[in-house]
Amino acid sequence: MSIYIQYIIDAITVGGLYALAALGIGLIFGIMRLINFAHGEFIMVGGYSLLLLLGAWTPVAVLTMCLVIILLAVATERIAFRPVRGSDPATMLVTSFALSFFLQHLFVLLFGARPKGIDIAPKLMEYVVFGGLRFPKLHIVTVVVTGGLLLGLALFLKRTDFGIQMRAAAEDFKMARVLGVRANLVIAAAFAISGLLAASVSVLFVAQTGTLSPRMGVQLVLVAFVSTIVGGMGSLVGAVLGGFFVGALTVALQALLPANIRPFWEAFVFVIIILVLLWRPQGLLRVRAVQERI
Amino acid sequence: MEFTGAIRRVWPFLSLALMVVLIGVLASRGSVVIQRTVADAFVKVVMVVGLYIFVGNSGVLSFGHASFMTIAAYLSAWLTMLPRQKQMILPELWPFLAQAHVPFVPAALIAATAAAVFAFIIGIPLMRLSGLAASISTFAILAIIHTVYGNWDSMTYGQGALIGLPLHSDVWVTMVWVLITLAAAFLYQQSRFGIALRASREDEIAARAAGINVFVQRLIAFTLSAFFVAIGGVLKGHFLGTLWIADYYLEITFLSIAMLVVGGRTSLAGAVLGPLVIAALLELLRLVEVGVTIGTFRLSAPPGLRETGVALFMLSILLFKPKGLTGGREIPWPWS
Repeated sequence: MSIYIQYIIDAITVGGLYALAALGIGLIFGIMRLINFAHGEFIMVGGYSLLLLLGAWTPVAVLTMCLVIILLAVATERIAFRPVRGSDPATMLVTSFALSFFLQHLFVLLFGARPKGIDIAPKLMEYVVFGGLRFPKLHIVTVVVTGGLLLGLALFLKRTDFGIQMRAAAEDFKMARVLGVRANLVIAAAFAISGLLAASVSVLFVAQTGTLSPRMGVQLVLVAFVSTIVGGMGSLVGAVLGGFFVGALTVALQALLPANIRPFWEAFVFVIIILVLLWRPQGLLRVRAVQERI
Repeated sequence: MEFTGAIRRVWPFLSLALMVVLIGVLASRGSVVIQRTVADAFVKVVMVVGLYIFVGNSGVLSFGHASFMTIAAYLSAWLTMLPRQKQMILPELWPFLAQAHVPFVPAALIAATAAAVFAFIIGIPLMRLSGLAASISTFAILAIIHTVYGNWDSMTYGQGALIGLPLHSDVWVTMVWVLITLAAAFLYQQSRFGIALRASREDEIAARAAGINVFVQRLIAFTLSAFFVAIGGVLKGHFLGTLWIADYYLEITFLSIAMLVVGGRTSLAGAVLGPLVIAALLELLRLVEVGVTIGTFRLSAPPGLRETGVALFMLSILLFKPKGLTGGREIPWPWS
């Protein structure tokens, strides 16, 4: 019995991380129809900032790093994405790819291509025993941070004026502008929030893996990207749902596949994703605004 | 008059073909380094023009084309490597592949056909999806093929490098393949199938209303495109003499899309110019990276500079010319 609870806890931790990353991508997609591949590099730059801030008091280090990433996210929007706003999705996609490629290799240039070890919070790796279950404290932190951020974001989007404007922009950008929503401000804010999400993923991910490399964001952003599509492009709840779905799928396949085909688990994840897309091409949650009208 | 009319009609193809032949002939007189650089660039042109057949004409992005390269490159390796070598490196290879020793051209054709058949089969469900869902599922196909080939140790040497492919991709061979690929892409885009697909790119609903079966048209282009992208993958394998699964994953996928977009993704000219310009820039930056010797002092840049420079170049093209270098137009007839 307890082994299944263990799996569920694993699924929530992995899924939470994916959900946070997917939300960062889904938020920008909803408003600008831009798939931001550079989101993975926000996560990567966050990791290296932690490396540079190592030795500072942890809360200060984490806060500074969050600020750095938020600034980076807002700056990329201003410099790279604003000029291509409104052009076709392929151009925007390739812009974000070029940006991600640039940041990756800039960090190869600065720090070298080889992975670096980093131990930001050794205490979090200590195990706690709770009702016959054994898991590192980090799991609890991940669940609390994920839950807190999701709740905070939900309150912000539902209850504040600015959050409502942002949702309106995600629903129908043109209409929202006509009704007086300020496009530049809303988009900049969306990037700031996605920067904050990337920063929190960065802390949790680095604490979990203990390594840094210029390419560390790539795998995460791909999973997040797939999660937003599976969840329903343009739906924020869908992005979270997709993240947890892919996380649960990952844990389940790693646990349940027989040992000789376990190396192929990733292939199974993607087979299931194709099947989900064939079954529901709009994703698990459908958003009316994304559907093409005649 | 008749004659100039005919020339004018094929000018978009002819101009590019002449340019490629000119580069090839000039390169063949140059040093070994130049010859290899140009052959490498030609391999990229084959890949990007192959990608263009689908992406450029349909307007649907594909992230899955590196999977066709993977399938074809490994199949060609299994067919062309010496049986003795294969026994040493891949002792558990299937018997009929272990004994095979096929010359390069038939092996390339078989390999690319296999990839095209694979594309056709997966295209039947995937091409029914629209826009983004289609793009994502092509990426899922890439991830599946990559995982399978990367872990199928007995057949592919897994994550390691499979060495010993015969070297065939010199300037002449790659040049001929570029010309064949260009001709096929041009004939396709001038055909009724190509025109129907381009119509669906401009306005899918109007194209449907005009009686175009968008699914069938996309499937045709997807299959044809897979064939030539696969040829590109085979040429790359026989250029390096080594197959390494990591070479056929995200970087090549994104770089080939980026080269197409930088060139101008709705024209054949863009699909040729994009990779050529980026290859030239990479070579220039490589020279900087290797360094210049001034007296006894050696000035060289740290690794990573090439990629950073190329990324900056691509970004500036996208920001200042979002439709690419050619603006998505073919090369115009100069005498009118």
